[in-house]
Amino acid sequence: MIQNLTFLPVLLPMLAGVILLMPPCGKNKTYRRITSVVLSAVTFLVSLALLLKVQADGIQVYAIGDWNAPFGIVLVADPLSTLLVCLTTLLGVVCTLYASAGDDAKGSFFHPLVHFLVLGVNGAFLTGDAFNLFVFFEVLLIASYSLLMHGGNKQNTRAALQYVIMNLVGSAVFLIALGVLYGVLGTLNMADMAQKVAHLQGDDVYLAKIGGLLLLVVFALKGALLPLYLWLPNTYATAMPVVAALFAIMTKVGVYSMMRVYTLIFGDEAGELSHMAQNWLWWLALATIVMGAIGVLASQDLRKLTANLVIVSVGTLVALVAVQTIEASSAAIYYLVHSTLVTAALFILADLIGRQRGKISDRITAGPPVSQPRLLGVCFLIAAVAVMGMPPLSGFIGKVWLLRATLNAEYTVVFWPLYLLASLAILLAVSKAGSTIFWHHQDNAKVTESAVKERVHPAQLVALIILISGAPLMSIFAGPLSEYAIGAATQLHDFNNNINLILSGGQ
Amino acid sequence: MELLYASCVGLLVSCGVFLILRSRTFTVVLGLTMISYAVNLFLFSSGRLSLNQAAVLGTSTEYADPLPQAFVLTAIVIGFAMTAFVVILAIRGRADLGNDHVDGQAPNRNKNKNKNKNKNKNKKVKA
Repeated sequence: MIQNLTFLPVLLPMLAGVILLMPPCGKNKTYRRITSVVLSAVTFLVSLALLLKVQADGIQVYAIGDWNAPFGIVLVADPLSTLLVCLTTLLGVVCTLYASAGDDAKGSFFHPLVHFLVLGVNGAFLTGDAFNLFVFFEVLLIASYSLLMHGGNKQNTRAALQYVIMNLVGSAVFLIALGVLYGVLGTLNMADMAQKVAHLQGDDVYLAKIGGLLLLVVFALKGALLPLYLWLPNTYATAMPVVAALFAIMTKVGVYSMMRVYTLIFGDEAGELSHMAQNWLWWLALATIVMGAIGVLASQDLRKLTANLVIVSVGTLVALVAVQTIEASSAAIYYLVHSTLVTAALFILADLIGRQRGKISDRITAGPPVSQPRLLGVCFLIAAVAVMGMPPLSGFIGKVWLLRATLNAEYTVVFWPLYLLASLAILLAVSKAGSTIFWHHQDNAKVTESAVKERVHPAQLVALIILISGAPLMSIFAGPLSEYAIGAATQLHDFNNNINLILSGGQ
Repeated sequence: MELLYASCVGLLVSCGVFLILRSRTFTVVLGLTMISYAVNLFLFSSGRLSLNQAAVLGTSTEYADPLPQAFVLTAIVIGFAMTAFVVILAIRGRADLGNDHVDGQAPNRNKNKNKNKNKNKNKKVKA
């Protein structure tokens, strides 16, 4: 059991998905909800156990079927990937809990699909094999397609169709990139690839470059980077908010893959190909931040605003990935956790606010007041302060850290003003949204009466509090967390240690 | 053989890209299928094209690379599932949105045509 711990965060959600499809969970709603929440909590606890084990014993390498790398598929649990696995499973718990208040009954198979999505995301974080990464991408995508359609309407179908087509083209490009890289390198184990890239000669260098940049296209699509981000606002704004909250981790899968591929495989040691994507990443990230900020300013409702905030956070993260120093990577890790929690919280808040305002939903205009202004107002305040990057919450720490990390980067002159302006835009848009929703009420008595007085369900409240408390907790425990992030980043950049550990099977 | 193979893949991809850029879901799905065929062929060739080489140990003196074949197998299975899904989604989109345009609404030009058709039909009925 203990030696298989690395595999459990992938295996448990799969078993959970299957269990939830079978009786008695398949038929009975109450059983299904309880089982789903309990199983996702178990998965979370197992991920935490894995995190502690990795902290105590260092990187865990798990060879599936005992076929050692580079021939078999390995799962690599290093500090970075386990942290993200914990984050994913935590989101899984929150979303199953939140949906148990009634959202899961709007369509069929909500709970199994959430577990399958968690399976795919966990697998993508843990795997050390590029082709396996593709397989897990597909697993998480097909679960996300169905979740996107869950309880959907016409708008939803349109957004889902475009999302699916985009991602299918993305998968085709991914396979072509893998084909090129395999043809040149003769391996798809990431550690082995990193070793072989340095020894390429002649035309093979260019082929590998083509493969690597095609991978960039795929990850840019998954992570919603500039030319390929247009699917995101519509998709996230039309999906059910609880699903969108879960999707907050999915763009991070793209960013994480970029981190892996462009610091491990095409990093310092890659000879002619080292840092080949840096320029692309850097400028695309900057442009993404700008477009995201414009989107934030132009958003008409809270969910679209949050979707655009996701884009800004992706741009910021990719800019940090492009800097490729240990400090930038550790800032990226901290910021990644923070932004995932905060955007998930904002999606859920948008849903609660929308429910309590009746027909006007979460549009940012004067309307009927929410029925629980204190609770939602305080939660919104915390989330807003965190997402703006104001002191004292986690956003501020993340922001200062990432500004300091990019101090010596090549294009700081461009990055700092752009990023700070984008933060200003976020500050303006979010505070306007908050003040309009909570303070500007229509005096029309009819509107107030007709508004649905729906209270926050206890399950929803617990889910909301878990997410919202992330921001203060991340600033209270900023010390240990940042130490952890620095450790994870050091591990990520420690080329030789990584390669040797993975190829020797973790001994 | 290489030339034939490469041009086959290239032709499939270019047809696929052309079809994907069309505005109706049916052609887009066809384009996706074509591209996935091309991708499968391409993946297969990443283990080098060779004749009379076995992938199983002990049956030949020279061996072909078995890994790309496993990749292709996986890619075919996944591609098949995804195509099935997108077909269902396209049908649902047709039902939900009332047309098979990828944007969910047909551009005005076609609307006029449809109106004219309807008018013609009405005229016929009247006549």
